[in-house]
Amino acid sequence: MVRIIAFLAGLFFAGALLYTVLLGAYSFITEPPAPTAEKWVHARFPEKELHLASDGPFGTFDNTQQLQRGFQVYTEVCSNCHSLKYVAFRDLKALGYNDDEVKAIAAKYKVPAFDPNTGEVKSNTGVAADHFPPVVYGGQGNPPDLSLITKARHGGAIYVHSLLTGFQPQPAELLKQFPEATTPTGLYFNPYFANLNIAMPPPLTADGQVSYKDGTVATKDQMAQDVSAFLVWTAEPKLGKRHQTGWAVELFLLFATVLGYMAYQNVWRDKKH
Amino acid sequence: MSFPWANVYKPSHPFMQWMDEKLPLPRLVYNSLGAGYPVPRNLNYFWNFGVLAGVCLMIQILTGVILAMHYSVNADSAFASTEHIMRDVNWGWMLRYAHANGASAFFVVVYIHIFRGFFYGSYKAPREMIWLLGVTIFLLMMATAFMGYVLPWGQMSFWGTQVITGLFSAIPLVGDALHQWLLGGFAPDNAALNRFFSLHFLLPFVILGVVILHVWSLHIPGSSNPTGVDVKTESDTVPFHPYYTAKDGFGLGVFLLFYCGLLFFAPNALGHPDNYIPANPLQTPAHIVPEWYFWPYYAILRAFTQNILFIPAKLMGVLAMFSSILIWFFLPWLDRSPVRSGHFRPTFRKFYWVLLVDVAVLGWCGGAPAEEPYVMISQVAAIYYFLHFLVILPVVSSIERPDPLPFSITEAVLGKDDAAALGAAA
Repeated sequence: MVRIIAFLAGLFFAGALLYTVLLGAYSFITEPPAPTAEKWVHARFPEKELHLASDGPFGTFDNTQQLQRGFQVYTEVCSNCHSLKYVAFRDLKALGYNDDEVKAIAAKYKVPAFDPNTGEVKSNTGVAADHFPPVVYGGQGNPPDLSLITKARHGGAIYVHSLLTGFQPQPAELLKQFPEATTPTGLYFNPYFANLNIAMPPPLTADGQVSYKDGTVATKDQMAQDVSAFLVWTAEPKLGKRHQTGWAVELFLLFATVLGYMAYQNVWRDKKH
Repeated sequence: MSFPWANVYKPSHPFMQWMDEKLPLPRLVYNSLGAGYPVPRNLNYFWNFGVLAGVCLMIQILTGVILAMHYSVNADSAFASTEHIMRDVNWGWMLRYAHANGASAFFVVVYIHIFRGFFYGSYKAPREMIWLLGVTIFLLMMATAFMGYVLPWGQMSFWGTQVITGLFSAIPLVGDALHQWLLGGFAPDNAALNRFFSLHFLLPFVILGVVILHVWSLHIPGSSNPTGVDVKTESDTVPFHPYYTAKDGFGLGVFLLFYCGLLFFAPNALGHPDNYIPANPLQTPAHIVPEWYFWPYYAILRAFTQNILFIPAKLMGVLAMFSSILIWFFLPWLDRSPVRSGHFRPTFRKFYWVLLVDVAVLGWCGGAPAEEPYVMISQVAAIYYFLHFLVILPVVSSIERPDPLPFSITEAVLGKDDAAALGAAA
């Protein structure tokens, strides 16, 4: 009885699917899916190469000079629109700043607070324990918080670097093939952005936009690389420690597993199996 | 039950004797995981995965209980508390990655365990109850994993909840009411998050209970083995301890090497970047996909794009998706070949490998965007999936001519020449 019901149920599901796939195949042949401007562009603009000290299983954040430059780019450029709310000022010590420098950075920010006596909203001068405050943005669009941006996008830092340096005029070939893909006013064409048109104006507009304290030449590409490296750190400040711990754990496990294998062979030595 | 030649627990220390009289817990352990449990001597490495699944459950419970101490169950603060765990809790990043990747590792192990069962006919008499309890554990695992993925309250958490609870709205007449009742509202929000947390905390202990039943029912007929031939004599078995404790110890080491490699060097490889974006009810992600271990079922769900007679496509998809696992419950009665092991079933074996590839294809389609050609491929793969269990297995098992079986496990291991020694032992 079970087998008869199963047989009928199997034929029912298979028949329903066969009907569906035939209909789907028919419409796929008669009306093949149209190519889209997004696919056309994404196929022609592979993400740019980017190598950071945090890459790979040995990656660390010992490139503190670059991270400090990236932080400078964030502060002078990105922070006009983008917040960094999961990062605390005290975390910046990992970038090589000492306690006084961290306090001085924090003191430049106004942090929202309540007056304990009246309950009214006010703002305090930032201290090391505070997080980066919210950013009030009045323009069009919705700038995301950047704390986790390199983990929240496919490609991570590579994507951020490509996007920041990717602003350009639309290729004539694209407009010829997809006239409706013309970038609407108020948006900016960027081949690395998912739907090609981003509300963010090009943030890095000229070489030397930021004057680096360490003397590095602030080309647009350099600034984009530095801020990408910084945003890898903000997304996962414990990444270096994770790799370091991982190697210790793997070495220990390798040793234990070899011992385990020898114990296994020893126990079974006179038992054929 | 045990075999008559099983070692008997004889405590020597007076305390253990006293303990054995009052509460024979050490005796229970001795008889189930110790020298008192005779196990076929010919188990291969695929038999390591039961113990590994138990280890995974322990890892999940241990890391999960600690994570729950730092997590905030509120739609306004859940995401931030997850980041608090990642940044400010001592070793919090390791606990969270261990838990998130532990779920993936658990599913890898359990899938190997299940496909081991498919190949070696572990579901057949007298082990049907072990199989039924195992499928129950798997269903509970799926519910637990889904609810756990909701807790960080990222974009995929939110929209995954929307999609999965939305499945229940496909049920005729009561669907919408049921959907709202499950969520505690019209859309996923604080009410849904709180109940999912509560259930996510509860279900692992339910799983633990069913695991105990699973192992209990295993100890009645004893473990199966790669030949599928019943244990006949003492020379067919070895005591679980030290033989299989040693082998499982080595297997555990290999498993931990892989698991820790994932945890420490690619902890986000199996996750989706969108779940690092806080939940936003006003912004639907471009592609809503579940975690990888649900992809085959998700592909089956999405394979139904046409209404069938009077049944809406969505309801068909939901029925098919749930059926795709529920049919496993009937497996012991669908496959009626008396031969257990796939090694001696030439026709079955071919279809087994087709099924394995088929499920991999379904998984690949389930993770891909819902567009052609993935939809058509998943439809073809889903046809085979249902035909395999519901039509092919019953038919093959009745027409197939199996290869000759070895007389005993000992013969399979030592070869026919030792038949004389075997006769002496019997």
